[in-house]
Amino acid sequence: MCLAIPAKVIEIHGNTAKVDFGEGVLRDVNVMLVNPRLGEYVLVHAGYAIQVIDRKAAEETLRLWEEILKYE
Amino acid sequence: MAPMEEQLKFRDPTLAKKVADHIESLAPSYNVKFCHVCGTHEWTITHHGLRALIPKTVEVIAGPGCPVCILPAADIDEAIFLALEGVTIATYGDVIRVPASNTSLQGAKASGGDVRIVYGVGDAVEMAKKEPNRDFVFFAIGFETTAPSTAVEVLNKPPENLSFLVSHRLIPPAMELLLGVEGLQISGFIAPGHVSTIIGVKAYEMFPKVYHMPTVVAGFEPLDVLFAISMLLKQIGDGKARLENEYPHCVRWDGNVKAQQLIEKVFKVVDGRWRGLGTIPSSALVLREEFAVYDARKKYDIKIEGSRDLLPGCLCHLVIVGKINPSECPLFMKTCTPQTPKGACMVSNEGTCSRIWAKHKITE
Repeated sequence: MCLAIPAKVIEIHGNTAKVDFGEGVLRDVNVMLVNPRLGEYVLVHAGYAIQVIDRKAAEETLRLWEEILKYE
Repeated sequence: MAPMEEQLKFRDPTLAKKVADHIESLAPSYNVKFCHVCGTHEWTITHHGLRALIPKTVEVIAGPGCPVCILPAADIDEAIFLALEGVTIATYGDVIRVPASNTSLQGAKASGGDVRIVYGVGDAVEMAKKEPNRDFVFFAIGFETTAPSTAVEVLNKPPENLSFLVSHRLIPPAMELLLGVEGLQISGFIAPGHVSTIIGVKAYEMFPKVYHMPTVVAGFEPLDVLFAISMLLKQIGDGKARLENEYPHCVRWDGNVKAQQLIEKVFKVVDGRWRGLGTIPSSALVLREEFAVYDARKKYDIKIEGSRDLLPGCLCHLVIVGKINPSECPLFMKTCTPQTPKGACMVSNEGTCSRIWAKHKITE
């Protein structure tokens, strides 16, 4: 199952981080697989952060598509 | 759960309509067939009705991307054997209802086996620590998205009363298999976004290079999938197969190198059996020799006989390679329903049959 959910890193304690999934849902997740900084978003899969999310890249993707679709 | 701000934009229906129009303008006059290999992609496509947004000539089929569906009955039989022998099985939720050769893990539970659903491998470790007098086995299934977490825990000196029944599978070899399926003409791949966060975009290089197969790594919001379809159509229009990344905010060219190193350290790659598909070379992970003490298959003398992947009439093996639609299976929605699944495709939330059944139910 590929389901992974973004969450904001609010505390880091060694290999565990407290993350915020939004709407007050806080969980401790294992961050051994990534190097997150406080305030960054990570992708969480089955209790483990598997990647740090590059929000600027997300914005850039949307911006590029806006450009492509403008000239339709 | 409140998503990140950007996520909402990847669900914007107005933008979706614009992309759908763009897809319409790019679609060739002949039929094309794009194949994804991820249960979560099938979920997104069905849940958001994406097939209704794209032209009839652009077909999106589901490959063997549901890790529960491709788990050989024999592996589940092993877990059932252990459960009935008094070992506590910790497993991801979807697996327990999958019919194995004779019964399911849920059936084993009803017969007195201790089968516990966990959200992740970490939970199994915690349970084993809390109950040192009980033997635990974690049923380690899933693709490359999940294998790193198993590796993390194996390396973390798990308690002695915990071992791992490893049945991880690898996605790119399955994609390669699809290219050889007779009668299946794929025009492009939608590569799975979260598997790709681990293995990287680089893992799919062979598809455009060797097989001239357009390939786009895609995320899981509806716009991610629509963007990917659009990118594939553009490649087809340009007449040149490329490897592109629609999901750069989560997927890097190299993927998650740390996770790859942990996988390499803990597991070795072997040929693997996939339910209904037979053996795919170099497609499975097993624990390396030095971790034999945590290997449930070495710790216990597991005896299973005559495993059977498919019940009579079940066509899961054709559904999972996209050769037929669920509605073409004689059992679909007759004897095989989500309440009484006859095959794996109907059990898992991400199984193609259960997804399509959910859609039929909504439109009735």
